[in-house]
Amino acid sequence: MSKQSLLIKNGHIVDPSQDIHKISDILITDGRIKKVGNDLKPNGAEVFDATCMLVFPGLIDMHAHLREPGGEESETIKTGCESAAAGGFTAICAMPNTTPPTDDAGRVRYILERAKGAKARVYPIGAITRGRNGKELVEMHDMAEAGAAGFSDDGSGVANARIMLNALRYADMVGKPVLLHEEDADLAYGGQMNESALSAELGLKGLSRLTEDIPILRDTAIAEYTGTRLHITHVSTRGAVEIIRTAKNRGVKITCDVTPHHLTLTEILVETFDTRYKMKPPLRTADDVKVLIDGLRDSTIDAIATDHAPHSPENKEVEFVDAAFGVTGFETALGVIHRELVSKGILTWPDVVRKMSLEPSRILGVEGGTLEIGSIGDVTIYNPDSSWNVDPRNMKSKSQNTAFFGWELPGKVIATVVGGVLFKNE
Amino acid sequence: MAFALKHLFGLKGVSQEDITTILDTAASFREVLDRPIRMVPSLRGVAVLNLFYEDSTRTRISFELAEKRLSAEVTTFAKGSSSVSKGESLRDTVRNIEAMKIDIIVSRNSSPGTPQFLANHTKCRIINAGDGSHEHPTQALLDMMTLRNHFGTLEGLKILIVGDITHSRVARSDIWGMKTMGADVDVCGPSTLIPLHMDAFGVTVHHDFDEVIPEYDVLYMLRIQKERQSGGLIPSSQEYTATFGLTNERVKRMKPGAVIMHPGPINRGVELDYRAADAPNSLILDQVTNGEAVRMAVLLLLSGRGEE
Repeated sequence: MSKQSLLIKNGHIVDPSQDIHKISDILITDGRIKKVGNDLKPNGAEVFDATCMLVFPGLIDMHAHLREPGGEESETIKTGCESAAAGGFTAICAMPNTTPPTDDAGRVRYILERAKGAKARVYPIGAITRGRNGKELVEMHDMAEAGAAGFSDDGSGVANARIMLNALRYADMVGKPVLLHEEDADLAYGGQMNESALSAELGLKGLSRLTEDIPILRDTAIAEYTGTRLHITHVSTRGAVEIIRTAKNRGVKITCDVTPHHLTLTEILVETFDTRYKMKPPLRTADDVKVLIDGLRDSTIDAIATDHAPHSPENKEVEFVDAAFGVTGFETALGVIHRELVSKGILTWPDVVRKMSLEPSRILGVEGGTLEIGSIGDVTIYNPDSSWNVDPRNMKSKSQNTAFFGWELPGKVIATVVGGVLFKNE
Repeated sequence: MAFALKHLFGLKGVSQEDITTILDTAASFREVLDRPIRMVPSLRGVAVLNLFYEDSTRTRISFELAEKRLSAEVTTFAKGSSSVSKGESLRDTVRNIEAMKIDIIVSRNSSPGTPQFLANHTKCRIINAGDGSHEHPTQALLDMMTLRNHFGTLEGLKILIVGDITHSRVARSDIWGMKTMGADVDVCGPSTLIPLHMDAFGVTVHHDFDEVIPEYDVLYMLRIQKERQSGGLIPSSQEYTATFGLTNERVKRMKPGAVIMHPGPINRGVELDYRAADAPNSLILDQVTNGEAVRMAVLLLLSGRGEE
């Protein structure tokens, strides 16, 4: 990438991959980490003063929707990457539920082409099945060669167990992860929010925890039988955490992620029919949140991913049952995790870096997640003492559908570095 | 009179005082309806829009008559006869409407929460005329008015709502309102038509209709929608009628003095026997007449003109 050098001075480095948690300088040359140490000399390198700031290996978001092609009124690859950079992400996975869906190598290349020069690395995720229709496998080998980082029919589950079994085996051979959106379409039919006393009261059809727990049980059994790995994205229920925890204990090669909103918000917010709280999986109960947090602490949950899902007002500011599912996530993720988990003593900063950088890089099998000498020069620079109020109008994302509007967040992403190139947030 | 509500979204959380004010006002309008000239000038100059995005005949007519009898300026905007069918969003439709200087919107929509949506996007007063399976407060108010006229009070009445609770906005509004007024409300129906989580409502759920019939003062029979009969929720309408329909035999087993109610329109032969709807203890037609009076009361009270 860049032939230039960048020297990040006096930052507080948090790098759990090497157990580093101290003030130090980082020199990045030719896009790679060259040196980490004290009193490094610039020797012509661009200098960034990171005094009083936290310096992480670049954050990696395993789950995002960039909407291009087909949904450019909500987001484009370029605006999505700007939003990601503003949130501290140096790499993001672009889910394939676009129009058309990312289900062949040409469409993978298209995304990579459109991502050239963007402020974050984009890892295209290919569909598991053609047209995301759950029937025929995509050409995983061809797509992986074109640059697909993994496979997912995100937005839908894979209803047919035989297709799922084949997908897990084939992807395992190709060496790419399968990221599963677990949802039983029959049970979920017409569902609008968590099924509960509140959904009964509001007259909204429920998305019960069974819609998620049943396919997770099934797919865990398949992965155990075939000995292949699988990754479950956006877990939201007590059952999901318990199933995955026991599967891990049995040695099943299963990993999972959770979103910041499922870790911090509950279904009660839907009481006023505010569509900004409508998402899939739906916001659950305080009990689920507690179990998710426990799962994060005991590493049942490996990663935190945003499920950034931008929607234009035409799709969101409508009657509740007509509103699209999803909330934006890039720009609030780190601040929300800081406020709700770090400040409350639930996670340490090394834990956060593990969940938002190291584990995502391991699960995806991509570079990053570390500041080791020779690794890619992706860095996130965060000022933990710079509070701000979330105003949807000031987002870099093209869409304003954040569930954290009005929240005061304790810290700000000051800059990201992607392959040695510095992107400052103004 | 002090009336706390600005909008009528539903009856959950509405106080006994406000419900009593509405019912008392409705009682005075009921007298107006018996006069030779059934009209008062109370809402002269007030513009009311009936925004009906879902098929409705009786509720729409009842509101239109109530508005006209109060001398309001009335416009009705029903799905299929407007730009809704041309794909304009509700938000845009409503902004245009507001530019036309509307004071009160009466909303019927298949999505729960639409009245709140309208209140957030306009300065109009909103009356919910049914939002999906959420609430239908004016129906519950007319039901309570009917019961109050018949029994003198709702306090201590034992009311059983029978049928499809899951999809019924009437059941929800009746439960909230009737309980607030001191009645003892329970529900009865097939397990697949009652939400799994009923805790919020504070009602007892029954599945054996025959066993509990003699205990109640009011059997409130809900309409069984045709689509529920084929959607896997109940095996057949015949089986429904056999287990939960109010047959003549069951009418005979009702507690002495107990009454039959139904929100209409009736599926005769399904939830109600052909003759049960017309039984001497049926209050179904009183419900219809009271509907107009209750809607006049709600319109007047929300308009703020009631204090003049």
